[in-house]
Amino acid sequence: MSKVRVLVGTRKGAFILESDGKRQKWDVSGPHFAGWELYHVKGSPVDPNRLYASQSSGWFGQLIQRSSDGGKTWEPMDNKFVYDGVPGTHQWYDGKPHPWEFKRVWHLEPSLTDPDTVYAGVEDAALFRTTDGGKSWHELSGLRGHGSGSRWQPGAGGMGLHTILPDPSDPQRMFIAISAAGTFRTDDGGATWKPITKGLHSQFLPDPTAEVGHCVHRIAMHKSRPNVLFMQKHWDVMRTDDAGEQWREVSGNLPTDFGFVIDVHAHEPETIYVVPIKSDSEHFPPEGKLRVFRSKTGGDEWEPLNKGLPQSDCYVDVLREAMAVDSLDSCGVYFGTTGGQVYASADAGDSWMPIVRDLPAVLSVEVQTLK
Amino acid sequence: MVLPAHLRTLAKAGGEIQLTIAGPVTQRSILDALEARYPMLQGTIRDHVTQERRAFVRFFACQEDLSHESLDAPLPDAVASGVEPFLVVGAIAGGIY
Repeated sequence: MSKVRVLVGTRKGAFILESDGKRQKWDVSGPHFAGWELYHVKGSPVDPNRLYASQSSGWFGQLIQRSSDGGKTWEPMDNKFVYDGVPGTHQWYDGKPHPWEFKRVWHLEPSLTDPDTVYAGVEDAALFRTTDGGKSWHELSGLRGHGSGSRWQPGAGGMGLHTILPDPSDPQRMFIAISAAGTFRTDDGGATWKPITKGLHSQFLPDPTAEVGHCVHRIAMHKSRPNVLFMQKHWDVMRTDDAGEQWREVSGNLPTDFGFVIDVHAHEPETIYVVPIKSDSEHFPPEGKLRVFRSKTGGDEWEPLNKGLPQSDCYVDVLREAMAVDSLDSCGVYFGTTGGQVYASADAGDSWMPIVRDLPAVLSVEVQTLK
Repeated sequence: MVLPAHLRTLAKAGGEIQLTIAGPVTQRSILDALEARYPMLQGTIRDHVTQERRAFVRFFACQEDLSHESLDAPLPDAVASGVEPFLVVGAIAGGIY
């Protein structure tokens, strides 16, 4: 019988939740790495017991942990992330050049084909890769070396590379997103990169349609249609049907188009999910009601999903890494909150239940469907 | 020497660590020996590249804050002889975390 494993990164450790395919009863293990920030934990698609975790602390810096038994035991791997060559500078908050400085790993993306190959998105924004299971990391510096790198600027949360989407149909193609530089695509395995921001409009930029500088919060893709991407931008929900050459807004009837997460149903490529957040100055749900919005039309037309979710006095946030789906026949949808709840729906969003509710603030949620 | 709790857990080390140092006993020689025995601590106390102390890590010994002393300055005899521990301490966060 199928099982589901949910990997949760929080401000104070990692937690692993497991259930059978019914997804009603959950076993919780953790905290793993108690007291440390776990920005992201993710498993290899080709070896689900191979997990990678980004563990960090303001005191003691960055660690990378690896498990070969589904999170029962872990071993620290190489934690040396050194920028390739002379790091150069990007823009600082005051508009002055600022040297690139490594701070932490925001996102780990295991390869679709090799459990020893993993991509790491880091702050200050850059892309690293290991091909030896985490024993050593090397920068794919063509991204940072893109001509615009010196103009990238951090958002209030830092300048992190948070989204890494390999194209399942083309090993040379990958999409990444950076707050607040925008989104980029490589068609040559990471050697060169192209900003793909045409159609984005950001009012906070002096030039709202600039090539770089957009605060992209998250991008999602259905594996069967890698040319169709959905984006939750700082404001605006967007989609592209041509691998980022042109974006169009699909916010439609959302109560607010600010938010962080976005994801795609495992079996319906036109069904997408967001969690609207009131605004960039009020990071909580509108009206104190926690609602997921689902579109079955690839955007524009949205329906609120609130069955089982708190509908009064709810002022949590749902951060960019904190939503995922499983691939069981009835698609499961999961998200975590800064209030420490992880909510799950076993019926594609129609109804929800908290599968754990008093964790530290949730930074990331990933789901593995196990056979 | 004594490590903060998080680093003891990471290194799977006990309460107090005894290190044998060949040559002058300095912050650098202690940390070199520590990281040689416990490679997983590399980058957690001092920066991988610059080898500078991380901002929120402090070094204490003999009731003195040695955090701003030269990495190559000799440590007190009491530390060198093993009478007093060299303490690696996580700085107070002020409640933000």
